[in-house]
Amino acid sequence: MSARGPVQVRASVLSLKKVGAYHHLTLVAPGIPERTRPGHFVTLAVGGPDSALLLRRAFSAYRVRASGAYGGTLEIVFAVRGDGTRQLAALRQQDEVDVVGPLGRPFALPKEPVSCVLVGSGYGSAALFTLAARLQERECSVHMVVGAPTEEQLFGALEARRTAQSVTVTTEDGSVGIRGPVTGPLPDLLARTGSEVVYASAPVGTLGAVADLAAQHGAWSQCTVETPMACGIGVCMSCVLPVLGDDGITRLLRGCVDGPVFRGDRVRWEAAGA
Amino acid sequence: MPDPTVDLTTRLADATLANPVLTAAGCAGVGRELAPFFDVAELGALVTRSIQRDARSGLSTPRVAETASGLLSAVGQQGPGVDGFLATDLPWLAQRKVRTVVSIAGTTLEEYAELARRIGNSPGVSGLEVNLLEVAADPYQLGKVVRVVRRETARGVAVLVKLTSEVASVVDGAAAAAEAGADGLVLIGGPRGLSIDPATMRPRLGGVVGGLSGPAIKPIALRCVWQVHAAMPGMPLVGVGGVRTGADALEFLLAGATAVQVGSAILHDPSAPLRVRDELGDLLAARGFDRAADAVGYAHRKPDEEPHEELVQR
Ligand SMILES: Cc1cc2nc3c(=O)[nH]c(=O)nc-3n(C[C@H](O)[C@H](O)[C@H](O)COP(=O)(O)OP(=O)(O)OC[C@H]3O[C@@H](n4cnc5c(N)ncnc54)[C@H](O)[C@@H]3O)c2cc1C
Ligand SMILES: Cc1cc2nc3c(=O)[nH]c(=O)nc-3n(C[C@H](O)[C@H](O)[C@H](O)COP(=O)(O)O)c2cc1C
Ligand code: FES
Repeated sequence: MSARGPVQVRASVLSLKKVGAYHHLTLVAPGIPERTRPGHFVTLAVGGPDSALLLRRAFSAYRVRASGAYGGTLEIVFAVRGDGTRQLAALRQQDEVDVVGPLGRPFALPKEPVSCVLVGSGYGSAALFTLAARLQERECSVHMVVGAPTEEQLFGALEARRTAQSVTVTTEDGSVGIRGPVTGPLPDLLARTGSEVVYASAPVGTLGAVADLAAQHGAWSQCTVETPMACGIGVCMSCVLPVLGDDGITRLLRGCVDGPVFRGDRVRWEAAGA
Repeated sequence: MPDPTVDLTTRLADATLANPVLTAAGCAGVGRELAPFFDVAELGALVTRSIQRDARSGLSTPRVAETASGLLSAVGQQGPGVDGFLATDLPWLAQRKVRTVVSIAGTTLEEYAELARRIGNSPGVSGLEVNLLEVAADPYQLGKVVRVVRRETARGVAVLVKLTSEVASVVDGAAAAAEAGADGLVLIGGPRGLSIDPATMRPRLGGVVGGLSGPAIKPIALRCVWQVHAAMPGMPLVGVGGVRTGADALEFLLAGATAVQVGSAILHDPSAPLRVRDELGDLLAARGFDRAADAVGYAHRKPDEEPHEELVQR
């Protein structure tokens, strides 16, 4: 049995690098790696206990290493959006960061060695690499579609090539790969590979489209959904989205503890902001 | 660990709390959510999110927006209703011997009566905290609700009444609640505020207006505690609004609160409540207090009542 449940740790910055449009942050965060599964996320406090920013910021776990020269490390990839991420982008080596994780429900993995399609948009791709490795350990074949509005906003296209059986790159401006949305190549890819599961990490609008396409091809989908989160641990009810239950009743579930990974066919995408 | 030299125990009606640090309604779920971060049984008391009679789906999203040193929230009491609470949440708390105060919110007098009857007589409940919602600002309506709740609640279970700062006189509401049988007053529920997103040029919250919380409201909450303590020195007061350190908690005690609640600070730091408790113990010890109770209202002393030598900060 491995350790379970989240922990709160004072992590320290090992490195912070610019990668295209994103920042790649590596933290020494003992206790978190051994608990983290693909699809989990972590939250970071911005500034110290007297920070004027009261809410933590949520990020998918990109990579974790349980042991190494520095102890357990956790990596995240983030885009600067507002004040919080701007301050995180200004962190320096050895700065301390309060981290809570891992949080949420991870991706469900198939029991059989089936073919899987992994769809990542922008920094969303970062959430898919530990998943790809896990699937391959189970002898699943992994086909990745990595997309973004522009080449600069693509994340992990090269890493995907090293990992997956096939990789399709899309950009909306056509600067690299196929021009158009990340969903463009999906129908063909699903048909060609006979994939049974689609995993997706993308903005809500894209997830709705991925879930529909998966359903049309008789595949089940696992989508990691970004809803605005104030606590990340289930106390505040700010992160809810409408999800259909086994009993046919739609309920507002918490993205942070009931998700962030949901079955694509269960989320009411039109009401979830898609 | 709390400083062992300071007695932190706090009286709340018939109950003795291990320390004066509680959680604020809506910021600690039903307790279970915080268990990974600290032993919830060590809290002075856990205050649950407001429980309603019926299951509720709450307000539309976004429900929370960050403001300067504050937080604006309009959640709308999403929850499974009293049946779900009694069936699954309360037993979890009772089993772990967590001192529990259940926040209740009704839309009619009958609902308050039913909530008080069912929750206020359940084993494992130390107190009820009455969330008055719309009637909070009207001393007459408020008195009616409190009277009904007190009547339906078991003796020995404290009835706390949460008051708003958005009234001409917070003392009038406090007096009405006391007169109707409240055992203690909780000051304050967040004043209402608004935030607009310059990008979308629309209100940030789905519910448009929300309750403001966090350090931004601490001076308002302190002022309310101060005024009510001055008017009703014997009334147990629970201060809430912007507590995130032991120093904040100390301010509330000095203003006249017997206990404090930690709310949105939990969203920033899930282990905040016990940190606040420990910091408070240290600060009291450093000022020569042997008992937290001795600090209650201490800031009200007259200018010529100079503190004992040992109570001046070292
Ligand atoms: C489960 C999950 C995983 C995420 N993974 C990543 C990731 O791997 N990389 C990455 O760059 N971003 C990720 N995000 C989004 C990231 O949390 C937001 O970009 C960040 O909180 C923005 O903070 P800010 O202060 O810079 O922006 P502001 O817009 O100033 O933030 C204001 C407030 O809104 C909240 N907020 C704004 N946008 C979002 C959003 N999309 N999701 C959640 N909260 C939001 C913030 O937490 C903050 O409270 C993830 C979000 C969730 C919920
Ligand atoms: C997300 C959130 C949910 C809340 N829900 C409730 C609630 O259900 N009932 C209630 O009486 N107060 C509720 N409040 C108000 C708090 O209990 C408290 O009065 C307020 O947040 C001020 O305290 P703080 O500054 O420590 O957060 C809520 C506050 C927040 C931030
Ligand atoms: S973010 Fe608070 S309940 Fe999900």
